[in-house]
Amino acid sequence: MEPQVVIARRIAQELSEGMLVNLGIGIPTLVAKYVPKDIHVFFQSENGLIGTGAPPEEGMMHPTLTDAGGRPVTALPGASTFDSAMSFGLIRGGHVDLTVLGGLQVDQEGYLANWMIPGKMVPGMGGAMDLVTGAKRVIVAMQHTAKGVTKIVRKCRLPVTSLRPIEMVVTEMAVIAFRNGRAMLVETAPGVSAAQVVAATEAELTVSGQVPVMAL
Amino acid sequence: MQTVSVEQSVAMIPDGATLMIGGFMAVGTPERVIDEIVRQKKRDLTLIANDTAVPGRGVGKIIGAKLARKIIVSHIGLNPETQRQMMAGELEVELTPQGTLVECIRAGGYGLGGILTPTGLGTTVEDRKQKVEVNGKSYLLEAALRANFALVQAFLADYLGNLSYALTARNFNPVMAMAGDTVIVSADNIVPVGVISPDHVVTPAPIVDYLISNS
Repeated sequence: MEPQVVIARRIAQELSEGMLVNLGIGIPTLVAKYVPKDIHVFFQSENGLIGTGAPPEEGMMHPTLTDAGGRPVTALPGASTFDSAMSFGLIRGGHVDLTVLGGLQVDQEGYLANWMIPGKMVPGMGGAMDLVTGAKRVIVAMQHTAKGVTKIVRKCRLPVTSLRPIEMVVTEMAVIAFRNGRAMLVETAPGVSAAQVVAATEAELTVSGQVPVMAL
Repeated sequence: MQTVSVEQSVAMIPDGATLMIGGFMAVGTPERVIDEIVRQKKRDLTLIANDTAVPGRGVGKIIGAKLARKIIVSHIGLNPETQRQMMAGELEVELTPQGTLVECIRAGGYGLGGILTPTGLGTTVEDRKQKVEVNGKSYLLEAALRANFALVQAFLADYLGNLSYALTARNFNPVMAMAGDTVIVSADNIVPVGVISPDHVVTPAPIVDYLISNS
């Protein structure tokens, strides 16, 4: 299984009936493909849509029905549209149950850096700071390492996105949860040992007993 | 409300003006007003918008023509020309979290001096900003935003200037319509009064100063 698919399938297991969910761009977007068949969740696009559906068939796109990346999407039955003030009221006001975002670094206290690399990449934070600060639960979907260098560090060296720690990071190697300022190794991916995860991680991981394997 | 041509609407904008421009990645952006701003070469503009879209679309056209002096936006990541001008020191870029940006615009239009938000605390956004504690929680004080002109794209405008919007083209438009000293509207469709039922009017007619006529 490809790394992104492992991550997306595992995060999809965190969804439950009726949740309002905001997915970021990249691996997070893939989560929508793996929603369990027996539940209904509402996906929000922060440009002003709840009920975001898959991209339309070729030739069926509408220029004013897009996701937060400007790409054509569909609106599912029961969808609603609203202005940006309400969209961020939903986010900052704690009405969004879960947001799944990409990450550049996560540190052992759960702080996330995902919006800039000084001197290199300054795209702007868009909605990221509001999402991390306001959503009820924040899960980061990212590869464990970048060019062989761990992305799960002791202390973020890149500028953080929020003072609010995230709840969980899911990589192609592991599920790591953050509780009371500590990083706990909760699950490993199939075929990956806890020792391998620890070796690929700079942050101090709390490992207790036999670590369960992701049920994908 | 007065009906004007797109040329007349842009002729009202002086060099150095502050403009709010609706749209999100150029969806819901009044493209023909932007085309006319570029044609009339309005200079030294300050733009307040969600993003600078991509080169050749929406706000990206104004950036490409180097007509902006300063922009207040949440995202420039899909427009390399904006990043180039920023790095070269040709364009002042103030990056603001999207929720803070829209809420500061809303505050400006609703007669408030600013907002208190937890977003940006502990990040580079809080530099030089006042922190305020309310009921034991910390917030950043972010000042309200207003503009000389709000450039709005609506889906329907009736003959009086009542507006409604379509799908994700709504975004910043109705919020900005409240925060511009002069509000210029371009609409996909101009319709008789009554076509938009009172419950479906999002921006009420008295807010609109100028509606651009069909050419």
